[in-house]
Amino acid sequence: MKPPPFTYHRPRDLDEALDTLAALGEEGKVLAGGQSLVPLMSMRLAAPAHLVDINHVPGLGRIEVGADVVRVGALARHSEVARHDEAYDAVPLLRQALLQVAHPTIRNRGTSVGSLVHGDPAAEMPAVLRLLDGTVTLRSVDGTREVDAESFFTGPMETALRPGELAVAASFRRPPAGGGTAFVEVARRQGDYAMCGVGAVVTREHGAVTGGRVALISVGAGPVLVDLTDAVDADTVDDDRARELVDAAIEPEDDIHASADYRRHLAHVLVRRAVDQARRVA
Amino acid sequence: MSDERVSVSFTVNGAPYDLQLPARRLLSDALRHDLRLTGTHVGCEHGVCGACTVLVDGAAMRSCLLFAVSLDGAAITTVEGCRSADGGMGPVQQAFHDCHALQCGFCTPGFITTITAYLRDHPAPTREEAREAISGNLCRCTGYVNIVSALQRAAELLARGEASTERTARSAAPSEAPDRAAAPEPSGASRLPPGPSTDAAAQPGSSADVSSGAPASAAGEVS
Repeated sequence: MKPPPFTYHRPRDLDEALDTLAALGEEGKVLAGGQSLVPLMSMRLAAPAHLVDINHVPGLGRIEVGADVVRVGALARHSEVARHDEAYDAVPLLRQALLQVAHPTIRNRGTSVGSLVHGDPAAEMPAVLRLLDGTVTLRSVDGTREVDAESFFTGPMETALRPGELAVAASFRRPPAGGGTAFVEVARRQGDYAMCGVGAVVTREHGAVTGGRVALISVGAGPVLVDLTDAVDADTVDDDRARELVDAAIEPEDDIHASADYRRHLAHVLVRRAVDQARRVA
Repeated sequence: MSDERVSVSFTVNGAPYDLQLPARRLLSDALRHDLRLTGTHVGCEHGVCGACTVLVDGAAMRSCLLFAVSLDGAAITTVEGCRSADGGMGPVQQAFHDCHALQCGFCTPGFITTITAYLRDHPAPTREEAREAISGNLCRCTGYVNIVSALQRAAELLARGEASTERTARSAAPSEAPDRAAAPEPSGASRLPPGPSTDAAAQPGSSADVSSGAPASAAGEVS
């Protein structure tokens, strides 16, 4: 369980990091928290020729709470985002989801933006970004582009990030005022990858529930977004209709931890639970 | 591919090290092989078991999921740095002893470091919270019951200031020290220093795990 050799780069500012990534092209891989990358390398499932360590680039760890979005820098650790009270007040779903990301020791090093770029279909943060219509800010020597969540996740462990680009931040949009959010999941042990997980945003007008969206993890190629507004009528969410909408969207698969049928069952139960919780806090 | 060496400087338990390491050296291996600090145990080596947990700038992290060269400028605390200033057992270690919280002991260093960091932020955890606090550490012997007891016992010891009096006195502003016995509650959270700076004195003279207190220039690549 030793990682394969690689050439190490330790840029001291953003320009140096972008120059290095530009020069390396396809060969370069960014090292941020490394909590997914290092074990993948140790298991020899990944063998990047060059690692560009951004941990010594100043300014990438900021968490900025704006009027519309919470912007999380590339080096903000999961634990820092989860602890951030202002970010929680603006976007409670961040903390709700982050407390289910692995264990505290992993969250102390792992970064939220890194989790997005890793694009694991079992990971929580991609679902949060999708649910909140977030964007990822990608920078390279050629400039900056903002990619919305829907376009960013292109497949299991695949994103729109191009060679030479660095994801410098992710922006999570505040949910509509008066709404509520929740994140629930079931894993075999606390801190394990979820067999299924569901984030929910419920919207209200004049006190009555008028809409709802969920994003499911571990039941598709990436976070699966389902709009439940069709299932909402006069402040109630029709469970049967919600189940149909969810069934049409998810594609659970068998693996060693759970059968596809069981994941489907979990999806139904967890959607109901997440929506209930989100309603209660709404 | 060549394993070229990379310079990295950090402190471990307060002692400074300037090392030349292969980039792929995991922190767990750097501690054990290069610095001969064999208190940190390596179990699964892919971030599942928690045995290799150390503190980096005060935060618990898995040393098998960190490249040593990435920690330039960091202050690292290993289980060797969790003992008391006089070289005896630190409060968490004493609690493990008191509660019989280990059998084979392989996982223990990871528990000691994890709990040390946890109690700094959560001075009076419930049993439920204690279980959650150690959920990232695997123990195949004990069934965890006594480890949960030890975590709470350590919280008691810290609150009373036993076993940590000396290191606390040295780490805190001197004027704070007299207040601690009288008002243990508010100061409980700061009882353990965030970094390992207080352990510097303990290290060179201690015989257990350190081959030399002097900064090492790294021993060689293994392969």
